[in-house]
Amino acid sequence: MSDASRPARLLRAPENFIDLPGLAAEPSPEGRRRLLRGAFAAASTALLAGAARGQANPVPTEGGDPHILNLPPHSMALGQPVALEGYGKPSKYEANLQRRQSPGLTQTRQASVSFAPLQGLFGIVTPSGLHFERHHQGWWDIDPSGHRLMINGSDEKMLKRPMVFTMDELMRLPSVSRFHFIECGANTGMEWGNVAVPTVQYSHGMLSCSEFTGVRLIDVLDMCGVDLKRGRFVLAEGADGSSMTRTLPMDLVQRGEVLLAYGQNGEMLRPENGYPLRLVVPGVQGVSWVKYLRRIEVGDQPWASKDENVHYIDLMPDGLHREYTSTQEVKSVVTTPSGGQVLLDKGFYNISGLAWSGRGRIAKVDVSVDGGRNWRPARLQGPVMDKCLTRFNLDWVWDGKPALVMSRATDETGHVQPNYSQLRAVRGTRSIYHNNAIQTWLVQESGEVKNVQLS
Amino acid sequence: MFSSRECLLAIALVVAGGAALAQKFEGVGRTATPAELKAWDIDVRPDLRGLPPGRGTVAQGQDLWEAKCAGCHGVFGESNEVFNPLVGGTTKDDIKTGRVAALRNNGYPGRTTLMKVSEVTSLWDYINRAMPWTAPKTLKPDEVYAVTAYLLSLADVLPADGELSDKNMAEVQQRLPNRNGKINTRTLWPDGQRLKPDVQGSACMKNCVTEPRISSYLPEFARDAHGNLAQQQRLVGPQRGQDTQRKAAAPVTPAAAKPVMALLQQHACLACHQVDSKVVGPALREVAARYRERADRRDYFSDKLKNGSTGVWGPVPMPAQAHVPEAELKAIVDWLAEGAKP
Repeated sequence: MSDASRPARLLRAPENFIDLPGLAAEPSPEGRRRLLRGAFAAASTALLAGAARGQANPVPTEGGDPHILNLPPHSMALGQPVALEGYGKPSKYEANLQRRQSPGLTQTRQASVSFAPLQGLFGIVTPSGLHFERHHQGWWDIDPSGHRLMINGSDEKMLKRPMVFTMDELMRLPSVSRFHFIECGANTGMEWGNVAVPTVQYSHGMLSCSEFTGVRLIDVLDMCGVDLKRGRFVLAEGADGSSMTRTLPMDLVQRGEVLLAYGQNGEMLRPENGYPLRLVVPGVQGVSWVKYLRRIEVGDQPWASKDENVHYIDLMPDGLHREYTSTQEVKSVVTTPSGGQVLLDKGFYNISGLAWSGRGRIAKVDVSVDGGRNWRPARLQGPVMDKCLTRFNLDWVWDGKPALVMSRATDETGHVQPNYSQLRAVRGTRSIYHNNAIQTWLVQESGEVKNVQLS
Repeated sequence: MFSSRECLLAIALVVAGGAALAQKFEGVGRTATPAELKAWDIDVRPDLRGLPPGRGTVAQGQDLWEAKCAGCHGVFGESNEVFNPLVGGTTKDDIKTGRVAALRNNGYPGRTTLMKVSEVTSLWDYINRAMPWTAPKTLKPDEVYAVTAYLLSLADVLPADGELSDKNMAEVQQRLPNRNGKINTRTLWPDGQRLKPDVQGSACMKNCVTEPRISSYLPEFARDAHGNLAQQQRLVGPQRGQDTQRKAAAPVTPAAAKPVMALLQQHACLACHQVDSKVVGPALREVAARYRERADRRDYFSDKLKNGSTGVWGPVPMPAQAHVPEAELKAIVDWLAEGAKP
C-alpha cells in the first residue's frame, strides 16, 4: 500500500547491479552521449510501436489477485485422461514457436530452409519437431525396411569387400549416443554485408543440437577391410532426389567421431532430418551430415561435388573461392534478450544464450552490455561437451537506458569469436558461409530489441 | 566407379582377408553384388573416374533443355525465377585466364553457376544424379552430355556446333572460365583443425573499444518483412514479441514508403540489372536514356515489365514480372521514366 505523505524508501541496488559498465567509466561524458545518440537514431522510428504488455502483478488495492482468490476450473474439476494423445504435443499456448521460412530467401519450398526458434528454447537440446530444416530436393518419409547402406571403394584396392547393410543390421551393431550441434554453413549468411533479418530465429536459426545415436562409421569401414593408407577420403551420398554428396577427410572418421546415426533425442530421426539414416559429422557444417544416407565410398582424393564446387564455397576479397571449408568455428549468440522482443520493464533479467565450436569444447563466454567496451564472464551451464551447444547465463539489471548486448565465445583451442570488423578484414563482405561474427542486440528505451551491427 | 570385373576380384579377396575383419560382427552385412554397385555407384570425380562413355551435341542439348530444363532455368540458363541463374557474368577473356574477372568486382550482383564452377565434372555429376528437378536420375548418359554441352555453350566454353563426350571432357575442362578460381586453405577443413585460424577475435575485457557506433540496422520498411514478430515469441516470460504490424502514427502506403532501390531488390530486378552497368540485362540508366524522348515511355516500360521482353537488348529474354503489385510497378516505371536517377 502506498502512502504519498511518507518519504520514499531507499531501495538497495540488487546484487550484481551494474550501471551500464564502461559507459559509467567512460572518461569523457561526450563518448556516452554519442553512443546514446547513435542508439536513439536507430531507435526513433521503432519507438512508435510501443511496449508489449506482460502479466500485471501489482500489489492489490483490496483483497488480492483474482487469479488467487477465484479458483480456476482446473483447480475445481476433473482433468483429461491418460493417452488422450498417443504422441504428446506442446501446450496450445506455445504455438508461436514454430520453425519458419525467411520470406523471399528461396522461390521453392523443396530447396529451402526453415529456421529453429532459438528465441524460445531453453538449455541445449532442440526439440526434434523444431529442428531446423534444409532440403535440396524435398524431404521423404522412407520405409526403413527397404533402406540400404552400401560401402564401396573408388577402386578395387580401396577396401577388401564392398558391403550392403539393412537397417536391422546397422541397429544390431554397437551403438554410441552423443550430443552434438549441427549448424548450416550458411547460418547468419544473410548478415555478411549488413543487417538483413529481425530476430535470432532468422539470424542464427540454422542451428540445432540433439543427442544422436548410431554406429561409428570407422567400425563399419573396418568390417569392409578399408585401406586407410590410400583411402584418405570418404564420400557420403543420400538416397533422395538430390542424392547429396560430400567429401570428408578420413582423419575425422578415424577419430571415431563420424556416426551412421538413426537415433535423435531418444527416438528415431525425424523424416525432415533424414529418417532412417543420416551421417553425423561433429563440428562440421550441416551439408556434410548427409540425410537418407545410402552409400559411403572410400577414395584417395576429394570429389568436387556440386555442393563442394558451386555452393558451400567462400568468396574471398580477391575473387578466389575457398573450397572444402567445413569446420564451424567458434560462435555464440544471446537468445534472451534478442531481436524482435520487447522487455517488459526495467529491472532484473537473466541474459542467456548459446555458444559452440566445431573445434571442440567451449572454454569461456563473455558478455557485454555496452557495445563491446567492457565484458563480463558468463556462467557456463554444464555439462560442457565436445562440439555441442553450451548454454550461458549472466545476471543483468536493465536500467531502462539503451544497451548494446553481445556475447563472445572462446573455445578450448584458444580461438576467440571475432567481431564484424575482424572477420571482414580477412574474408570481406561477399561470402555467404561461415559467418561467426559477434552478434549485437540493441535494447532500446522502449524495451524493444533490435538487430544491429557495430563498426 | 567399380567395374564388374573389379567387383569379382573384390569378392575373391574377401575369402582371403575380409572374413577375419567381419568376424567380430558375425552375421551383420553382406558383400555387395556387381549389379548393386553399378546401380548406385554413380559419382564422377574431377580426374574423370566414374565418367561413363557417351557423347552429346550442343544442338541435342538445346532440344532437351527447352523440354526439361528451361521451365526453371530459362531458355538461356539466365532465369532467377526459381533458382539462381546458371549463366552470365563470364567472358571470353575469363576462358583464357581461368579466373572470372567479375568475381573481383565488389559491386557485381550475384554469382552464376558458371562464374563459380571450377570442375566440369561437378556439372556432369550433379545433372546426372539430381536433374531434372522433379524427375532426378531419368537422363541417359548421352543426354547428360548433351545438356551439359548446351549449358557450357551458353558461356562460350563450347561452340554452337560443339559436342561434349568422355573423350573431350578433359580438354573442355581447360576452357572453364573459373577453373583457376579455387583455393583450399586447410584451416577450415576438418583435418586442419589444429592449424591457426585465419580470423582471431580479441579477448580484451576492459575499455576495449573507444566508442561503439551502430553501422547497420533493419530499415523501417522491412519491419514486417518476416511477418508479425508478436506471433513468433512465447506468450509468457521476460519479454514478448514486437507487434510489427501495428501501423505507425501516420500510415503511408508501402509503395510510397519503399525507395525504388528496395523495390528493385525485393522483386529481384537487381539479380539481372544494375543501375549503372550491364549485367545479365542492360543498365537501368541506359534503358531510361534510350526511351527518354518517347512520350508513351511509361506505358512501354509498364508493358515490358509486366509481360517480359525478348530481343530488344540482346538474346537474353527478360521474364515477365507479373508478380509485382500495380502500385510498386508504377513506382519503378516512374523512376525509369524520370531517368533512373539514384
